[in-house]
Amino acid sequence: MVKPRRGPISRRLFLEGAAASAAALAAKPVDAGAGSPPAPPPAVSPRIVEHPGSDFMFDVLKSLGLEYTAMNPGSSFEGLHESIVNYGGNRQPELLTCCHEESAVSMAHGFAKIEGRPILVLLHGNVGLQHAAMAIYNAYADRVPVFMIAGNHLDAAGRPGGVPWYHSAQDMASMVRDYVKWDDQPASLGHFAESAVRAYRIAMTPPMAPVLLVVDSDMQERSMAGPPPRLPRLTLASPPAGDAGAVREAARLLVAAEAPLIVAQRCARTADGITRLVELAEALQAPVCGIQATGATVSDRMNFPSRHPLCGLGPPGYAPDVTLGLEVQDMSAAARSASARGAKTISISAEDLFLKSNLQDFQRMAEVDLAIAADAEATLPALIEEVQRQLTPERRRMVQERGVKLSEAHRKARAEDRETAAYGWDASPISVPRLAAELWPQIRTEDWSLVSWQGFISKWPYRLWNFDKHYQYIGGQGAGGMGYGVGAAVGAALANKKHGRLSINIQGDGDLNYAPGVLWTAVHHRIPLLTLVHNNRGYHQEVMFVQQVASERNRGADRAHIGTTLREPNIDYAKMAQAYGMHGEGPIEDPKDLGPAIRRALERVKAGEPALVDVVSQPR
Amino acid sequence: MKPRWFAVVVAIASTAGAAPDTPAPRATAAASPAPGNVASGKDVYLRFSCYACHGYAGQGGGGPRLVPMGLPVSGFTAFVRNPPTMPPYTPKVLSDAQLADVWAYVKTLPESPPARDIPLLKEP
Repeated sequence: MVKPRRGPISRRLFLEGAAASAAALAAKPVDAGAGSPPAPPPAVSPRIVEHPGSDFMFDVLKSLGLEYTAMNPGSSFEGLHESIVNYGGNRQPELLTCCHEESAVSMAHGFAKIEGRPILVLLHGNVGLQHAAMAIYNAYADRVPVFMIAGNHLDAAGRPGGVPWYHSAQDMASMVRDYVKWDDQPASLGHFAESAVRAYRIAMTPPMAPVLLVVDSDMQERSMAGPPPRLPRLTLASPPAGDAGAVREAARLLVAAEAPLIVAQRCARTADGITRLVELAEALQAPVCGIQATGATVSDRMNFPSRHPLCGLGPPGYAPDVTLGLEVQDMSAAARSASARGAKTISISAEDLFLKSNLQDFQRMAEVDLAIAADAEATLPALIEEVQRQLTPERRRMVQERGVKLSEAHRKARAEDRETAAYGWDASPISVPRLAAELWPQIRTEDWSLVSWQGFISKWPYRLWNFDKHYQYIGGQGAGGMGYGVGAAVGAALANKKHGRLSINIQGDGDLNYAPGVLWTAVHHRIPLLTLVHNNRGYHQEVMFVQQVASERNRGADRAHIGTTLREPNIDYAKMAQAYGMHGEGPIEDPKDLGPAIRRALERVKAGEPALVDVVSQPR
Repeated sequence: MKPRWFAVVVAIASTAGAAPDTPAPRATAAASPAPGNVASGKDVYLRFSCYACHGYAGQGGGGPRLVPMGLPVSGFTAFVRNPPTMPPYTPKVLSDAQLADVWAYVKTLPESPPARDIPLLKEP
């Protein structure tokens, strides 16, 4: 059915109409005296729309507490765009101008990992959504909530010819359905309201993930026929905690273990998560290998204080007889290894509650001994209580003896890290531990937050700095898709801004080049962020991969740089930053110049700006 | 854009009991003169991407630290021919003489002072 178009004409019709009107006026002057008098024009143009549907959509979004809207402009959501700016006064949510949809979603990804809740991302029909696709997949694989709306021109009969057809789809969400948790294409404003609230709740229920609403442009632009629909009430679902019997069995295994090990990946969602994990580890005197030790994942987060005596893997030869995985995405290797030596593995993870089939982010089948399908952080209080209940005085004494050895192992590991950091200290390119060590004394008395992944920098910050707060590290990409880093850093820095935190981004050069326009977004919106470019002039992981393949084919590795390095010419990241209006300094090649350069950049960051220092660095 | 896997992946189970990046003990350099050509060794070290895992200063990174080089040239050569994890290099790709050059170059890489002598590495 062709719906009468009651809203404003589309941009294309508007432009075509304006051109035709101008031509007619020029060619045919008005002859007021000829023939019968023309009907007087209406006092108000019939194109004026009062109370557009997108005003109500704004009210719904505001009711969800969405603070920001990251977007690159697109005509399929121009109605909502305008409502946010004018009807809503560009507050709650406030628009963030992004230069690429991948940046917009990455910013939302980083923001949510600091703040624990999503922001809105607006995506242009088809094209914007496809630009965003990789970033959506990263957020999905990282189990992070992102609230997305894509525009669509649903009514083919009213759809202007040309470009809007390229930006329309029968089932737009199908392009990303494999890696969003839920999607809908509401048919009315009341439907939009319910689906928006439902989508938010689904996104925020562990395992968290992105959600998508596809919203018709006509529905945004048309006047509401009557009073607006009611705003549904948002009630978040409580995170699922583990079954009491299974938790009791987990406690039994852990209390009886001679060498328990706790592996935490995405366990601590909040400050309370760290507190609870420390409590469990201390009750058991079990080592906790988190982001510093497994080296295994692309998605570790801050779970456990880096200088806690139980942080680490235990002394050499410590072979766990019970391994507890907390939101560990891949327990398969641990389970196989444990099974081979008669040890046990326990997994507490919301992963078992929601999986999709096509994309293989769920990892290899893990043959654990006890699988508890639940949110780990929500399950920790019950597990701690059960462990405390089952610990006999005799077991408590044995546990404390174990703790003394673990504490000594932790002390030695930290000392070894410092000795290792000394190697290549004065080298140029600058060593990564030198970079981390130059930075630490300049931030350690601040309320700082590392908003970049440590996987490509050998986890040197975690090995040298004192991490003890949940917002001090946000982990990695999720799906290993490059281009996440700088966008997530800017988004996380935005979340940190209102808390007055100092955000630090140790930024890979390869990642930066995917969508560097987000640096402009940081400047434009005055988002304080110190970026140190870990500039190893290449996609270094790929250098090593090609080297390995060539060597194993007995062809040598002297051509491994072809297609993997970013040289000839070297990229000047200081000038890149300056081009976006940011303080940029470098390239810094002499390690003696690094500390002063960081100091100068930090002055700008503390004044509320982003700043960048290009550090020509060792590979890892 | 593509998803990537990372060579740094270490299975949780396999790391049990091992400190990450455990440094080699500081060893006294061999007293005998280096048999290789240092300049040629540097060229090979850079061209064949030894730096990629071991760092430009031999300090390590993706792979283990090379300084101080504790192996004799024969042991070094034997290791590179059939290593447990790093890419292997056969005589077709790198001759014994070239490996001796690399060994000689690595021997020239300076060892660092102890961490206690570096103020920035004192733990606050």
